[in-house]
Amino acid sequence: MNHHDTTLVPNNELPAGAVRTGWILTALGAALAVLSYLTDGHRAAFNHLIGFTFLASVSVGGLFFVALEYIAGAVWSTPFRRLSEFLAGLLPVTLLFGLPLIPQLHTLFHWSHADAVAADPILQAKAPYLNETFFIVRFAVVLGLWSLFAWLFRRNSMKQDADRDQRHTTTNIKLAAAFIPLFAVTVSVFSMDWLMSLEPHWFSTIFGIYYFTGTAITALAVVTYAMVSLSERGYFFAGVREDHYYSFGALLFGLLSFWAYIAFSQFMLIWYANLPEENFWFIARWQNGWEWVSIALVVLHFWLPYFMLVSRPSKMNTGNLKRSAALLVAVHFLDLYWLAMPTYSKTPVFGYHELAFPLLAVGIVIAGLAVQMKRYNSVPVGDPKLQRGIDFTL
Amino acid sequence: MADTNLYAVTALFRTPDQIIAAAKGVKEAGYTRYDVHTPYPVHGMDKAMGLPETKLGFVTLAAGIMGAVGMISFASWVAAVDYPQVIGGKPYWSWPAFVPVTYEIAVLLAVLLTVGAMIAFFFKFPNISHPLHDTPYMKAVSSDAYGVAVRADDPKFDEKEVRDLLKRLGGEVSPVEFSEEFRTFRPRLFEPRFLLLLAGVALVSAGGGYVTWNKLMFMPPFDWMMMQPKAKPQTVSTFYADGFGMRLPVSGTVARGFTLYPYTITDRADSVGALMVNPLVPTATVLSRGKQKYLTYCSPCHGNAGRGDSRMNGQFPNPPTLHSDKVRQWPDGALFHVMTVGQNVMPSYQYQISREDRWAVVHYVRTLQRALNAQESDLQ
Repeated sequence: MNHHDTTLVPNNELPAGAVRTGWILTALGAALAVLSYLTDGHRAAFNHLIGFTFLASVSVGGLFFVALEYIAGAVWSTPFRRLSEFLAGLLPVTLLFGLPLIPQLHTLFHWSHADAVAADPILQAKAPYLNETFFIVRFAVVLGLWSLFAWLFRRNSMKQDADRDQRHTTTNIKLAAAFIPLFAVTVSVFSMDWLMSLEPHWFSTIFGIYYFTGTAITALAVVTYAMVSLSERGYFFAGVREDHYYSFGALLFGLLSFWAYIAFSQFMLIWYANLPEENFWFIARWQNGWEWVSIALVVLHFWLPYFMLVSRPSKMNTGNLKRSAALLVAVHFLDLYWLAMPTYSKTPVFGYHELAFPLLAVGIVIAGLAVQMKRYNSVPVGDPKLQRGIDFTL
Repeated sequence: MADTNLYAVTALFRTPDQIIAAAKGVKEAGYTRYDVHTPYPVHGMDKAMGLPETKLGFVTLAAGIMGAVGMISFASWVAAVDYPQVIGGKPYWSWPAFVPVTYEIAVLLAVLLTVGAMIAFFFKFPNISHPLHDTPYMKAVSSDAYGVAVRADDPKFDEKEVRDLLKRLGGEVSPVEFSEEFRTFRPRLFEPRFLLLLAGVALVSAGGGYVTWNKLMFMPPFDWMMMQPKAKPQTVSTFYADGFGMRLPVSGTVARGFTLYPYTITDRADSVGALMVNPLVPTATVLSRGKQKYLTYCSPCHGNAGRGDSRMNGQFPNPPTLHSDKVRQWPDGALFHVMTVGQNVMPSYQYQISREDRWAVVHYVRTLQRALNAQESDLQ
C-alpha cells in the first residue's frame, strides 16, 4: 500500500484544559446535584434519571461501536477505537451512578406503588414484569452484562497492545457476534424499564429502537468530537485526513436520519390509530408548553444537524463536525428530558436542577476519558487492522 | 495528433498501488484527456486523478426537493381540496399521513433523475459505442488488470512521449486504434432483433403481470389476506344464530346524523312541503354543494338547467320541466319531499343524497328557476 505519514502518537494525555474542565464540571455538577436533592428530592430524582440514562447511552453506545467495528470488519475506525473503548469503560461508573436511584423507585415509578396496582387492572396484568424485585434484577443483569462485555473487549484489545497477537482480534469478533443480539434485547429492556415505564399504561413497540438510536448517536457524537479535537492537536497519528473525518460525519449523518425515521414512525403509527392507551403520551407532550420542547427536539435533533451535515465537504470540515457533534450530544439531553420530565411536571420546567445532572454526566465522561487516556495507549498499537485504518481512503 | 486513426495509447498495470501512481503520473505530466479503467472502484482514485467534486450531488438534491415539494403539494391538494374525505376522524389536511409517501417520492425521484442525468450528461447518451469496447485492453481491465488510456486528441499528446511516460510508470503499453467496425457502426433503432426483444419484454411483463395479479394472488398462500374470520355481507354466517352475515341495527336506535322522515310517497308534495322549512341559508358554499349534487344525481334526467331535456331524453318517460308555474310555486319542502320519497317513476334519493345536501339541492333548483325566469328587478 502507499503509506501515508504514520507516525503513531500513542499514550498521550488529554490536553490539560480539557482535564481541568472535566473535573470542574464533575465537581460543579456534583455540588448542584446534592443541592438539588436537598431542596427538591422529587425533581432531583427525575433529573438524576436523565443523567443516568445519558451516561448509559454514552457508555453502552461506545461498547456498541467497539462490537460493531469487530463484527463488520471496519478498518477506518480502528485508529480511533480506543475512544469507544474508553466510553465503554464508563459502564461500571454508570452502574454506580444509577445505584442511588434504586431506593427512589417509588418517587419515579407509578407502578411501584402497591395500592396503585391493586386499583388498576392494566398494572395488575403488567405486574409480573413491572415489579420492584424483577426490576432490580434486570438492572443488575443488564448493567452487569454490559460491564462484563466491556471488560472482555477491553482486556483483549489492551493485551494486543503488548503482544501484538492477531488472535485477540478473532476472539473479539466472536465476542461481538455474541454481544450484538444480546445488546438488542438488553437495550430494549433497559429503555423500557427506566424511561417507558415512567408511563406504565403506555404501549409502544418501537421504543427500544428509539432509545438505541439515541445511544448510538450520542456515543458516536462524543467519539467524533473527541477524535476531531484531538486529531487537530496531533493525537493518534500524524496525518489524520479528510477520509477519516468524512467517515465519522457520514455515519453521524446516517444515524441522525435513522433517529428521525424511528421517531416519526413511532409518532405516526400512534397518531394514525389514535387509540387512547397510546395517544395520551404524545398529547401530554403537545400541550402546556411541552409542544415547544417537541418542536425544538424535531428541529435541533433532525433538521438542523441534517443540513449541517448533508453535503460532502461539510462532513470533512473539522469545525462543522465538532459543532454538529456537540449539538447532537446536547440534544440527547433534550431528548431524555422530553421522554422523562412530562411524567414529573405538566409544564416544562427549567432551573439549576435540570443543569446539575447534565453537567455532572458530561464532567464524568470527560474526566473518565482523561483518566483512561493517561493509563492506556490512545491508539490500539497492536491491532492488525491499524495500518489499513491509517491508510484508509474513501 | 500524429495519426488520425489512433484513438489512445493504453497501458495495463498489475496492482492498485501502481494504477494510483500511474494516474498521478499522467496527471502531473499535464494530460487532461485520459481515463482510468479498473475492475472495481479503487479507493483514492478521484484524488489521484485530481478529479473535481462531482456535480451530480446537486442534481440529486434538486430532484429530491422537487419530489418532496411535488408530492406534499399533490397529496395536500387531493386530500384537502379536490376530494376531501374524512378518514379516521382526522382533518382533511392531515400532513403526518403524507410524510411517508413524500419521503418515498423524494427518494425515488432523486434516484431516477440522478441515474438519468448520469446517463444523459456523463455517459453522453445516446452514444452507445466506444472505441475501447471489444479491445484486449477492455477485456483485461474488466477482469484482472488496471489500465490507463491517454487519448490521442489530448492537446499535449505525442505518441512517443506518452509511450515513454507509461512505460516509465511500469505499464505494458499498447495503442488502441479506431476499429473499422466502430467507424462504420450506426445504432439502428429498427433493427429486427431489437424490436423482437422489445416485443418479448412487453409480452413477458404483461403475461407475468396478468398471472400475478389475476391468478397468483387468489391462490394459496397469497389469498390468506382474504381468508379472515369475519362476517362478510351477503354470505351465510356460522357465527350468528340466525345465519345472516349482515346485521340489522338494534331496534329502536337511529344512526348518528340521521333523522327519520315522517312522510311517504302517498303524501301530497305541496301539502306536506308546507310543513317543512329549509334549514340552510343559500350561501355560496351551500349553492356549490347543491350544484355538485344536482349535476351528479338530478341532471342525468332533469338536464343541466332543469328543463327535462337531458341526454336520456326519449329513453325514459321525460321528466317535466322544473320551471313550470306549479313547481315554482311549490314550497321548498315539496321539492325536498319529492327528492326524499320519489314521485311517479322517479325513485327516492334519500340514500344517495344526505338530508343536508338535499336541502342544498333545493336552493340550487331555486337558483336555476330564478335564472330562467328573471325579472326586470333582478338586473338592478
